[in-house]
Amino acid sequence: MEFDSEMLQQLGLKALFALLMVSAVMTMAGYSVLAERKVSAWMQGRVGPNRTVLPFVEHIPFIGPFLKGLGIFQPLADGLKFLFKEEIVPGHVNKVYYYMAPLVALVPALTTMTVLPFGEYFDEAGNSSPLILANLEVGILFIFAVSSLGVYGIVLAGWSSNSKYPFLGGIRSSAQMISYELAMGLSLLPIFLWVSVPGSEDSALSLVGIVNSQNDGAWLLIVQPVSALIFLVALFAETNRLPFDMPESETDLVGGFHTEYGSFKFGIFFVAEYAHIVVGSAIFTTIFLGGWHFLPWIADPWPATWIGTLLGIGWFLAKTVCLIFFFIWIRWTIPRFRYDQVMNLGWTKLLPLALVNLIVYVLLVTWLDQPPSVTP
Amino acid sequence: MAKTVVLERKPLSLSERTYLPQIVTGLKTTFSNMFKEKVTLQYPEEKPQLPQNYRGVPTLVKDPNGREKCVSCQLCEFVCPPKAIRITPGSVPEDEEDREHVEKAPQEFEINMLRCIYCGYCQEVCPEEAIFLLDEYSSSGYTREEMINNKAKLYELGGTLPDKHYKWDKKKDAEEEGNAH
Amino acid sequence: MSGPDLLFYFFATLSLGGGLLMVFSRHPVSAALFMIVSLVGVASLFVLLDAFFLAILQVLVYAGAVMVLFLFIIMLLDVGPSGAKASKVKLLSGVAGLISVGLLVVLLLDLGLGSMDCSECSAENCDACGESAAFAWPEIRDETAANGNSLIFSPSVKAFGFGLLAKYMLPLQVAGFLLLAAMVGVIILSKKSTAEGEG
Ligand code: SF4
Ligand code: SF4
Repeated sequence: MEFDSEMLQQLGLKALFALLMVSAVMTMAGYSVLAERKVSAWMQGRVGPNRTVLPFVEHIPFIGPFLKGLGIFQPLADGLKFLFKEEIVPGHVNKVYYYMAPLVALVPALTTMTVLPFGEYFDEAGNSSPLILANLEVGILFIFAVSSLGVYGIVLAGWSSNSKYPFLGGIRSSAQMISYELAMGLSLLPIFLWVSVPGSEDSALSLVGIVNSQNDGAWLLIVQPVSALIFLVALFAETNRLPFDMPESETDLVGGFHTEYGSFKFGIFFVAEYAHIVVGSAIFTTIFLGGWHFLPWIADPWPATWIGTLLGIGWFLAKTVCLIFFFIWIRWTIPRFRYDQVMNLGWTKLLPLALVNLIVYVLLVTWLDQPPSVTP
Repeated sequence: MAKTVVLERKPLSLSERTYLPQIVTGLKTTFSNMFKEKVTLQYPEEKPQLPQNYRGVPTLVKDPNGREKCVSCQLCEFVCPPKAIRITPGSVPEDEEDREHVEKAPQEFEINMLRCIYCGYCQEVCPEEAIFLLDEYSSSGYTREEMINNKAKLYELGGTLPDKHYKWDKKKDAEEEGNAH
Repeated sequence: MSGPDLLFYFFATLSLGGGLLMVFSRHPVSAALFMIVSLVGVASLFVLLDAFFLAILQVLVYAGAVMVLFLFIIMLLDVGPSGAKASKVKLLSGVAGLISVGLLVVLLLDLGLGSMDCSECSAENCDACGESAAFAWPEIRDETAANGNSLIFSPSVKAFGFGLLAKYMLPLQVAGFLLLAAMVGVIILSKKSTAEGEG
């Protein structure tokens, strides 16, 4: 196989799409930071960031002050701040790993979205094909595999910092990761059972298949509420969000794994954390909330043209944003669990629950899928 | 004596043990809080309302005749817990005839605002009521030197306060009429 | 050199280099990290072979879970370069080295001899190849598996399912049993230690 012009064209197109998606996710990550600050402020009776503004926008009547009040330009200022702060590298760190850790944290968070379908595209004949960078047959497993690599960033940061608090954060993070990944995987098995059609060649591990199975029918959230719950809890744990933010719990570990990090390197950790949340919300939307399809039991109201494509993507984004809001909402409602409580919840509550859930659905699916000759 | 009633703690019900209803209640609370009125004070535009006995930056004040009140007794320098005050005593300038009964006046008077803890002891100890902690609360500077208020700055901050006593006027009158005290 | 070849050499170097560096690095944490690099390299090679499922399992299970556990334990015990050296038992490492070299030789011999005969082997002409007849897949009779034949040599997930639950049923069960035994052992060990800790 040679690199011919067509292949290069394909590659270029994919690279362009990848760039677009990365910038979209990064923007969303930046703005979820803003959303976090704003929502937390509102929940606590404050107003949140409302000062930053670009000089020329300020003078637009109505819109200018409105945008300023919403703090729309705050992420810009934050980013610049991270860029121009003084780089401080403590003397006692292991330099190579210290510099590597933020990248290792960010890359998996951005890689997972390559297999994430976010809309569908209609050709002239009205056939739909999903909008996705790489339509892997085993997309969901790919996401698991790559996101499980994300923990190395935290572990490395904790270890290379060579000081106590980051180290504890790193250790906790790895333990938490191991505990919750299991429940997360188990919670998805019933989904595969439910979605896969007996005898068909394509497996239900493809995210596109999962989304399309929810078109015009019930969302999987309604069919499998227990799975959804377990998956959501595990997602909180995997993204290190409160109530599971063991690795960085400020109150007992100063800053956890990023205690020794400053300026841009800390910024990368920060963005990686929020990119994780954005991608995690998108995954939950894809699997349990019907992806880009309209409400359950209602067929997509938009036409099968490019308008439909855009509306579908918009709808998908809207669901994702709602979920991001939910993440933030939970964070400012529930206090942090203790480390032993986290472990306890993971191993003695979620895991058995996921197993029972799996068995129930195995029985149910077997009963439902009996060949028609047995149950006429 | 009141009898102690031991309340029996009921075991948690199943729904309580899942925590989920509690979490939902919490979520409701935080959500409704989002629409409550904000309590933030937009500081540089809106100033806080200071209470009457507010202790701001210590300043030197003049009496209603515009004369220096401080007699450089250095009590405040002595009492100041963090040693924020430095006074260089001097004599009263010759040309100020109406103050000739005063023996001393500060030649230089410095309060280091990086040391001051706003305790108000200086105001309390001053026999001449010359030093006051007024309403000024925002003091800032780019260097450490800028944060040391010298005499001119202190008078600029303090200004003139109404004074009921006119102590030196009375003393002067008494001396002139031969009726000390 | 064509693109995929280049990729192959890149990932092959990555996995081999990672493996070598893992063996030769002083610090256990570095060794573990190089091992992850090596595992990811092998997974990428699987991807080049179109075996996505295998590649992902490789990353998920080994790089994602097992190595996290390794790192966790290395960090928890705080093994430094000196600790690793002290724990070295000369005889044991010698024997282990011998065994691995032996395994490598056997593997190479098997590869060199075996692949020649059966390079033409595919689903259709499986019987044509005499040697592999013994390894022929069992016929799948079930109605739901009507198209199973086309699956056997595909990289799809279902092929793995068929393989595991049809041909390799017994090894699968045995492996499962082994894991169960290990799990029971772990439970007993940890139970004992907590009882001692409390008592
Ligand atoms: S307020 Fe207290 S600390 Fe400040 S100058 Fe006066 S005596 Fe010193
Ligand atoms: S300010 Fe008051 S206490 Fe301080 S030296 Fe002057 S007169 Fe004395």
